[in-house]
Amino acid sequence: MRDWIALIVVAIVLAGLPLVGSNYLLRLATTICMYAVMAQSWNFIGGLAGYPSFATAAFFGLGAYTSAILLNHGAPLPFAWGCAGLAALVFAALLGGAILHLRGHYFAIASLIVAEMLREIVNTLPNFTGGGKGLNLTMLAISVSAQARFFFYAMLGLAVFCTAFAILIHRSKLGFGLRCIQQNEDAANMLGVNTYAYKTAAFSLSAVFVGAAGAIYASWVNYIEPTDVFDVLLAVKPMVMVLLGGLGTIFGPAVGAVILLAFEELVWRSFLTIHAAVLGLIIVVLVLFLPNGILSIVRERLSGRTVVT
Amino acid sequence: MIYLQIVANGIVLGGLYACIAVGFSLVWGVLNVINILHGTFIVLGSYVAYFGYVRFGIHPFVSIVIAGAALYGLGYLLQAGIINRVIAAPVLITLTLTFGLDLILNNAILLAFTADYLSVTLAHPLPSLELGPVFLPGDRVAAMALAIVLTFLLQRLLRDSRIGRAIVAVRMDREAAALMGVDVKRINAVTFAVGAFMAGAAGALLSIIYPISPLNSQVFLGKAFVVCVLGGLGSVPGAIVGGLVLGVVESFCGYWFGAEHVVTLSFGLLLILLFVRPSGLLGRRGYG
Repeated sequence: MRDWIALIVVAIVLAGLPLVGSNYLLRLATTICMYAVMAQSWNFIGGLAGYPSFATAAFFGLGAYTSAILLNHGAPLPFAWGCAGLAALVFAALLGGAILHLRGHYFAIASLIVAEMLREIVNTLPNFTGGGKGLNLTMLAISVSAQARFFFYAMLGLAVFCTAFAILIHRSKLGFGLRCIQQNEDAANMLGVNTYAYKTAAFSLSAVFVGAAGAIYASWVNYIEPTDVFDVLLAVKPMVMVLLGGLGTIFGPAVGAVILLAFEELVWRSFLTIHAAVLGLIIVVLVLFLPNGILSIVRERLSGRTVVT
Repeated sequence: MIYLQIVANGIVLGGLYACIAVGFSLVWGVLNVINILHGTFIVLGSYVAYFGYVRFGIHPFVSIVIAGAALYGLGYLLQAGIINRVIAAPVLITLTLTFGLDLILNNAILLAFTADYLSVTLAHPLPSLELGPVFLPGDRVAAMALAIVLTFLLQRLLRDSRIGRAIVAVRMDREAAALMGVDVKRINAVTFAVGAFMAGAAGALLSIIYPISPLNSQVFLGKAFVVCVLGGLGSVPGAIVGGLVLGVVESFCGYWFGAEHVVTLSFGLLLILLFVRPSGLLGRRGYG
């Protein structure tokens, strides 16, 4: 119950943001919501089931391209966004069937390869996808601030929906089964957890919202290109956010999203040329010194004991 | 007769791929770490060879040793100082860590040398070889031969030297090796450093073939992935077979479907192989 109240309060507070904030603030908030969706999604497969998936970038790009191509063929906006989510879902379910029997590094590499492959395919189909030149999307016929508000509410809605889903999953049999898989997959299998179905479900869940987020992103920025939407950093950042906020927790991913974006805005804006190195440094420090996330410090203080790793 | 030429091109390419992948495979097999840094190590090796040639006139083939030694030192420091701390952690942690380190190192190279493509133009290239209908550039063949020699030297190191046997022992059973008096932490660092040496050496060889840029690190890393999975993790012969198979397959794909589809097809091959035979063509436990 506490989780639901927290979600509702945060959602209401954020929904009031356009009343007070500038367009710049709205843009930041939209990005935070997008990051939160991606981190929350990755948490299903990476945090709960413990499978190090790098496929987030593939789902994001797939959603962006699906929606952009549909929109350019005259499809209405909600339909295109919905199709993008659906395309990512179906793609993940099929892909999961092929690569979820792999463990550890093999799974990581297979999932990493998928985005690269999709990017190459997009590059080699210029008539259909615009190839390396990218795709332009027509802007919505509303004012700039109206657009900022519209895309903010779209991302916020998706983030709230995704988090609500996470709350449901964490409490459900599925969430329990996934945690079992993370701890000992063979034992979970022996005890009657249908590990294959559970993993596929988690993998598909980690795709559907990301695909929709990619679609909204494409409409928001009006222009997509393969190197941008299939960027491997789109797969790494969600992991970093989840590690920042705490693996396998409900609100950790959202907190991680806020922290990472704060870093991006405060630090990287001033040092554009070392953008990647700073992200790398965050990762190294995080992995070496805070494997349970930044929130673990707070939790340790509150409970007065060390969190067992 | 064109097919003979394609096969020959593929084999030349494949020898280099084997050399690219063997260090990566060693680190993966022994330390159970996916070393995302491997591609950047190769690029660094290429830069060493480039500056060695342009500034001091050292032939890139001689720079193999210099680049290898430099990368050996860097690899040893990284493993002993940083990666060893989380070596027993789950896959996600070690993988993310090497990814983070790669972001830092690659960014540093980008700042130091910019993303411009550099290339080594040899003042005295070797003459081309003509074997009947097959025509091959001499330098490429020499680079490929050296790559294969280096790979076999690694094999001999693992089989015949004391340190090599210790590496194999750690690969087989970490605890048992420790009980037999092997300093596992040191062997970890040495293994990672040997992997980095091979990357640096491969980079020096590649400097006369490919343009040099930090952006290439992902390409090399992708090749290492495919070769490792193709040949199977955990053996030097596996890396050679994987490299040659990939080289020939790429060569034919380029001829039949066009060069722009080569990457897609080789990654597709990787996914199919992971699906049907995750242990690779020559996969087995134990190294060397």
